[in-house]
Amino acid sequence: MAQIDRDTLLDIYTRTMKVNRTDEKFRELLMGGKVAVMYYCVRGQELVSAAAMAALEKEDYVVCTYRGQGEQTAKGIPMEKWWGECLGKATGTCKGKGGTMHITDPETGIMVTTGVVGSGLPIANGLAMASQNNGDGRVTLVSFGDGAANIGGFHEAMNMAQLYKLPVIFLCQNNRYGEHTAYADHTDSPNIASRAAGYGMPGVTVDGNDVHQIYPAVKEAVDRARRGEGPTLVEAMCYRMMGHFFGADFSYMPPEHIAEMKAEDPLPKLRKVMLEHQFTEEELDAIVADINAQIDAAVEHALAAPLPDTDEIYKDVLEETA
Amino acid sequence: MAQITMTQALNLAIDEAMADDPGVFCLGEDVSAKQGGGVFKVTSGLTEKYGEHRIRATPISETAIIGAAVGAALAGQRPIAEIMLMNFVGVCMDQIVNHAAKLRFMSGGQTPCPIVIRTTTGVGVGFGGQHSDMLEAWFAHVAGIHVVTPSNPADARGLMRASIDANDPVIFIENILCYGLKAEDPGPGYRVPLGKAAIAREGTDISIITYGRTVLDALAVADDLAKEGISVEVVDLRTIAPYDEATVLASVRKTGRALTLHEAVRPFGTGAELAANIQEKCWDDLKGPVRRIGGTFSAVPFASHLEQAWIPTKPQIVEQIKAAMGKL
Repeated sequence: MAQIDRDTLLDIYTRTMKVNRTDEKFRELLMGGKVAVMYYCVRGQELVSAAAMAALEKEDYVVCTYRGQGEQTAKGIPMEKWWGECLGKATGTCKGKGGTMHITDPETGIMVTTGVVGSGLPIANGLAMASQNNGDGRVTLVSFGDGAANIGGFHEAMNMAQLYKLPVIFLCQNNRYGEHTAYADHTDSPNIASRAAGYGMPGVTVDGNDVHQIYPAVKEAVDRARRGEGPTLVEAMCYRMMGHFFGADFSYMPPEHIAEMKAEDPLPKLRKVMLEHQFTEEELDAIVADINAQIDAAVEHALAAPLPDTDEIYKDVLEETA
Repeated sequence: MAQITMTQALNLAIDEAMADDPGVFCLGEDVSAKQGGGVFKVTSGLTEKYGEHRIRATPISETAIIGAAVGAALAGQRPIAEIMLMNFVGVCMDQIVNHAAKLRFMSGGQTPCPIVIRTTTGVGVGFGGQHSDMLEAWFAHVAGIHVVTPSNPADARGLMRASIDANDPVIFIENILCYGLKAEDPGPGYRVPLGKAAIAREGTDISIITYGRTVLDALAVADDLAKEGISVEVVDLRTIAPYDEATVLASVRKTGRALTLHEAVRPFGTGAELAANIQEKCWDDLKGPVRRIGGTFSAVPFASHLEQAWIPTKPQIVEQIKAAMGKL
């Protein structure tokens, strides 16, 4: 098992808790009726996003999905801008015109958040193609779910990425559900990673709840891409511990599945790893307290922020020329 | 000045844009030297000059082609993506409509998407129902895209250069039957601004508003009718969307009559939008209803005589003009 140094572990832990506390806060606001927007919970998938973002450099590109809170906050979008966008405010990353499903923040490399399942993969290829063309050394990571592995764009993109040896990391967060449909009801192959072989690409399946599996797998894929050796498909097995979107019924999840995912919850597992690496309870609690304070301040800022001007509906359609 | 074909005009515009800006590159099926420089030879000779990274032959994967163009554009490059035939846009509409067109808006202006999507089509070559359609109205109905089509080699050169310069997606429609047209080369650096129509022929009795190959039909009819004392003005939109409303309305206010003409099927075609807008804004100047000509509302047929019956014809144009003039 690859060793992860303490600094990296601390980084991953901090990012993981940022994702988790943001998710908890969002659900609290939705449940309390303070906000009413679409939100796709990431409970259960925090570590996958956090470890993947920790494996990237700041200038690397990321393409994610509507369930992209993990990538977005872990990559480092300033919280005030992130919350501003999610609450539809003028102070948001996209001036309130994108929303929870379309967060874009090029400064932190979040280039596209797509609301269309599977559409991110072909776009990630293009970002990587630009890096290959201009030699800027960046890699592009695209995150998607198991459901996306069955749309045509997945296959077209995988083939093209391998053909051109593009610096892309395809991160499949296999959370066992494509929208409301269980994995076994939408796919008969045992896993998604094995599809990579069909394109001549390396593919690995790892436990996304184990930091010692997910981080080294993504890091190796990132390093390969940066060395010019081409793309990798990393399939991170994880659980979506809530419904498809906030408020959605998920009583269709069988009790044994719920028991299994509770046992595999990445948060207590990561906490255990941290303690094993001589981080103290106090240190870890202090990190979480600090994150909570940052989130509270950001939410307060976003709630008080102005709404976008209604003229915005006419702006940014096409470049305004004189 | 030398005479050039429309194919050469497009090639020259792409060539000079690639020479000027290392961020310009082409991708699409069969576009590189290994495959002969594109199915209609528009990218011929460019691989030798710029290499296979900048003339990327792709798998037959329209979604991956446009997706890659979108991503590269977000990263600051200026891809020219070829969709070999216009009907194949059906394979990649999500990337064009949900992504290329909307990313500037949805990002609050942070991520413009400067891509040129070159595509070709045309009725009259016997390609049948899945290789012939003019689908410009599909894109004209989407905010965030320019839809462009040239009717002659000079405009082809100038519009292509301007499309590559544009900081937004452009659907650039080439008509198969126009590739061989010859005209004087406007020379290096020539640009025709997007959103500017041309008065292809001045007249005083009726305005035909058209674009692409049917401009040629309109000009031929105008020649014929001039002999009968009917003065036809031909407005070549050049940019179909967003179109040059000022030029269209000024022409109709002058002539008092309007006829829209396109190869695409008539119902819900661009002619319907033009007609509605003209009638709203030029009501007091109009001497009669705006007339519309378009293709038949069925799939483009294969057999040559069926195809010729399907497509708008010069006699139809003459008939509509005479009806508008009260001369039938």
